[in-house]
Amino acid sequence: MNRLLKERLMRYVFFTVATASITILLLIVAFLFREGLPIFSKVSISDFIFGKYWYPTSDPPDFGIFALISASVLVTVVSAAMSVPLGVMTAVYLAEIASFRIREIVKPLVELLAALPSVVIGFFGMVVVAPFLQDVFGIATGLNLFNAALMLAFMAIPTICSISEDAIYSVPTSLKEASLALGATRLETIIRVVLPASASGVSTAIILGMSRAIGETMVVLMVAGGAAMVPESLFDPVRPLPASIAAEMAEAPFRGDHYYALFATGIVLFLFTFMFNLIADHIAHKYKQTGEASL
Amino acid sequence: MKRLACLSFIFIITCALTISPALAENIVIKGSTTVLPVTQKIAEAYMKDNPDVSISLSGGGSGNGIKAIIDGATDIADSSRFIKDKEIKLAVEKGVYPVPFAVAYDCIVPVVHPGNPIQDLSMSQLKDIYMGKIRNWKKVGGPDRKIVVVSRDTSSGTYEVWEEKIMKKERVFPGALLQASSGSVSQAVSKNKNAIGYVGIGYLNNTIKAVTVNNVSASVETTLDGSFPISRALFMFTKGWPTGEVSKFINYVTNPGKGQKLVKEVGFVPLY
Repeated sequence: MNRLLKERLMRYVFFTVATASITILLLIVAFLFREGLPIFSKVSISDFIFGKYWYPTSDPPDFGIFALISASVLVTVVSAAMSVPLGVMTAVYLAEIASFRIREIVKPLVELLAALPSVVIGFFGMVVVAPFLQDVFGIATGLNLFNAALMLAFMAIPTICSISEDAIYSVPTSLKEASLALGATRLETIIRVVLPASASGVSTAIILGMSRAIGETMVVLMVAGGAAMVPESLFDPVRPLPASIAAEMAEAPFRGDHYYALFATGIVLFLFTFMFNLIADHIAHKYKQTGEASL
Repeated sequence: MKRLACLSFIFIITCALTISPALAENIVIKGSTTVLPVTQKIAEAYMKDNPDVSISLSGGGSGNGIKAIIDGATDIADSSRFIKDKEIKLAVEKGVYPVPFAVAYDCIVPVVHPGNPIQDLSMSQLKDIYMGKIRNWKKVGGPDRKIVVVSRDTSSGTYEVWEEKIMKKERVFPGALLQASSGSVSQAVSKNKNAIGYVGIGYLNNTIKAVTVNNVSASVETTLDGSFPISRALFMFTKGWPTGEVSKFINYVTNPGKGQKLVKEVGFVPLY
């Protein structure tokens, strides 16, 4: 009896622990919505999302975050264009081509890149990369979309590389052996067999990497420039959503319109990352490689 | 028995801790976020010198501070502007007479990269640059290069002065770079030879070059005699002529050896 009781007790304890993080998440989301929704009594949702001007402290104020959304999306897309090929190709090299010793050295080093605090990467972008871009390309300012995307790519590469490497490495050896036995070259095996077999893991890696990039705050605050306009070129300054929240929240009057608008910006950002995670989850389930026959 | 003694000891300590703040003098200060850093620094020093006084401090903006003085919700209101006629009227109706004390001056200086030959810009040139009407240094007598406009986030007090004195109700154009602190404005301008920015006078250093405005250079003297155009006085308002602890605090703030020293440390211009 005593043992049974203990057993049941432990079950409840672990259940509570497991649900704690979910409860906290739900509370944060509830808070986010409670603080963000009141702005929509002042501005309509479409004016908020598609409004071109963000002048929260003018009189009368303008709360339009279209420029901020486009900045976030563009910075993420450009950084994905750099980090996805680099990350996935590094993963292929590590899992399929590199010798055991190189793999044991390089993989931890790539993962170490994730250990760099974002403020350090931001500072590097601001002090080293920005003047370099100005001098080399002769552009007006080095604090721009391209610089921010480059810094975010540094941050996304370890995530993308590490998760896809695991996925590629876990492709069954028998598949590869079969392909090689049929006379396919190593390159053909990698492109036609290994990558399709690990597609779900690799896509999950890419999406998690991108969701890290879109939510990153410090880097974009420091190197994106912060101009609230839709960029016309790769070298225009932009202001992504998180940068706007971080720069303005400290001094926005508590429960004022500006405060509500910043929380609503947070809701939009949350919806973006939420969507990314849903897609990642969906892909992971739908294209799951079960057994060897389903390829 | 020992346990009982221990418990009663804890009980007495708890009582003492809960009662002592009630016995101490309490000053409530509310208002402008621009004045907040000064007030915070001075309040900390004051509480260190007078341990029996506790000061509770909050922001909320100049308007809210003055409103709190009128409603009697605060002892001192910080304000980055003088009280408006409408507010005086409202106060008098409620039988309150707000008394202003100038506590510091806020002076904002336009800055460029040290390699930029520009020496002077007029108020209207500055306005046109920040509105995006002038986009090349050539138009204001400089080299043929694009102007990179660096501005502060719209909720900062520094931006507020700039908006009030230079922009005159017009908006800074969306292409302006936004920086979250005076430190990062100075950093951004010092790394870019095309840039123009503005910082509080306390943030001037030799990596950036101060520009004269209407041929007046920014300094403590030109701020105090009013000839430098981008400056304003910062105020503390009290409800009626201050008495007791509040008057002691105001004296502390305006004391050249105490409060005014701290004013300078925070980056504002002291009164004397």
